[in-house]
Amino acid sequence: MISGFVFRALEGKIVVAIAILLGIAILVPALNLLTPPDSALHIPTYAVSLFGKYLCYALLALALDLVWGYCGILSLGHGAFFALGGYAMGMYLMRQIGSRGVYGNPVLPDFMVFLNWKELPWFWHGFDWFVFAMAMVVVVPGLLAFIFGWFAFRSRVNGVYLSIITQAMTYALLLAFFRNDMGFGGNNGLTDFKDILGFPVQADGTRAVLFAMSAIMLALCLLIASAIVRSKFGKVLVGVRDAESRVRFLGFRVENIKLFTFVVSAMMAGIAGALFVPQVGIINPGEFAPANSIEVVVWTAVGGRGTLVGPIIGAVLVNAGKSFFTGAFPEIWLYALGGLFIAVTLFLPKGIVGTVQHGLKARKAIKAAAEAEKGRDEAAPVVQAQAAE
Amino acid sequence: MNTISETRQKSLLYLENVSVSFDGFKALNSLSFVVEPGELRAIIGPNGAGKTTMMDIITGKTRPDTGTVLFEDAIDLTKKDEADIAQLGIGRKFQKPTVFESHTVWDNLELALNRDRGVFATLFYTLSPEDKARIEEILSTIRLSHRKDELAANLSHGQKQWLEIGMLLAQEPKLLLVDEPVAGMTDAETAETAELLKEIAKTRSVVVVEHDMGFIRELGVKVTCLAEGSVLAEGSIDFVSNDPKVIENYLGR
Repeated sequence: MISGFVFRALEGKIVVAIAILLGIAILVPALNLLTPPDSALHIPTYAVSLFGKYLCYALLALALDLVWGYCGILSLGHGAFFALGGYAMGMYLMRQIGSRGVYGNPVLPDFMVFLNWKELPWFWHGFDWFVFAMAMVVVVPGLLAFIFGWFAFRSRVNGVYLSIITQAMTYALLLAFFRNDMGFGGNNGLTDFKDILGFPVQADGTRAVLFAMSAIMLALCLLIASAIVRSKFGKVLVGVRDAESRVRFLGFRVENIKLFTFVVSAMMAGIAGALFVPQVGIINPGEFAPANSIEVVVWTAVGGRGTLVGPIIGAVLVNAGKSFFTGAFPEIWLYALGGLFIAVTLFLPKGIVGTVQHGLKARKAIKAAAEAEKGRDEAAPVVQAQAAE
Repeated sequence: MNTISETRQKSLLYLENVSVSFDGFKALNSLSFVVEPGELRAIIGPNGAGKTTMMDIITGKTRPDTGTVLFEDAIDLTKKDEADIAQLGIGRKFQKPTVFESHTVWDNLELALNRDRGVFATLFYTLSPEDKARIEEILSTIRLSHRKDELAANLSHGQKQWLEIGMLLAQEPKLLLVDEPVAGMTDAETAETAELLKEIAKTRSVVVVEHDMGFIRELGVKVTCLAEGSVLAEGSIDFVSNDPKVIENYLGR
């Protein structure tokens, strides 16, 4: 049963994408650690972390594609799940600092000492334990998605209204996390991390492993997402996207279908956030900014929604473009992003991967038509020959 | 002598004094309507007579303000939602053909098949030989075997209507509600659809809403004429079409 579920996932382009991801999970750290810095093949550590960050964004875009591309739920709040996963990881990393903080308090993180707090708030307990923190990385975003989805999907909030309330959700969290008395470091967020599982966060080796983990988790989530969309459940999902009432009148519980997908997607976004934080070294409320969630939609649209691989490509390309533009021409980046979204909507409505797939299919169809034509031309003389006899 | 309670006990679908209004407009006005098991019934009536509203109420899309809606004399349909009602065995075909355009004809039927519809059951579903045989059987009933691997979007209008009827068959309903199945069909397609519905009605009850009087004549069944949210006349097509009230309200216009 399970093997069939996984086996179905292994369709052509997914296998290639997973192979590439696993390949770079080995190759990039190897080129970083094993080659001398002056070698032409050497990948500097800053680049490893930068690409690792892109992979986290790619995982976030993949998560969005599952709900938007397949189920038709345009979430404009996926950044919230990403940030929550990031905060869970950040809390673990804060607890690892121990007495090495500026104030040297063995239990309380610096910002709590600064706020004159005497003891650790209840929700910080357990985060010194890695396994618990990693569980929270998926549990907290999953729970939020479950509660949010339970009400939204049961009351049949759809389309643009749903998009607006997802946006409101992330905005509300942004405001909440900005407050110092929430206990998450307020405006400054969580930073100054020292080590993860005993390894220094800044070290080349740790960075390389974090990169490899990002690539592996992305490959794993891609496999899971592919297994989901290629199962009968996945076909129902597309049905919900294209003709929701038909699915309902066939006897499916549309709210459960949406809820399951939304929760799985939120958990993936949480994992992406957790891998992101140690690589960039900070998590602050800015990650909840509504604009962030909208950017994810742009990456997904550019890559091609409803293709799984497309959003990964879109996230990497757009963010690589962003890194380049913000370095070279910082003042025009936002115009470039806006222009890109308009151009993609107008000229590549299916995104990069969608357009390529469409092109390949069209070529196949033209070829098949040409074959059929040829067959007819060849068949015609035979008929004439028979008639002549 | 047929008492009310006997009628109710024998019925598959039983509506009594059902009323519903939208913003003061009475869409249904104490409508009573009974379908017996194995019956094929046609419903006619002018626009706004409440035909689609009646279907909405039966399938749980709309809740009536007052009245009784019973399925098999036991199940109160006004307390159930669409998914529950579909699982009880009431299938519905919409006015506009509604199929999953980005799926193949085969996948459309596979999704409609009457199997466990839970999240995990569908995640781990694999096509069994029985299911495969059932889908092939339906494909030949709806005359689409040769197009099974094509996307539903590429079907003609008439074929989409048939595919939707096929999806309802896959659901194995006890009662099938069909809203204007021959709208926009060619004459040949209309005749074939009449055959198809008669064939389907051999094993279950079917209620057809239609404007096309020729088609209803072809079906040759009991006809109910609705107007202004209640039943105007009921009987054979000749009886109903000679009723002066029907002529005035519907046919004469």
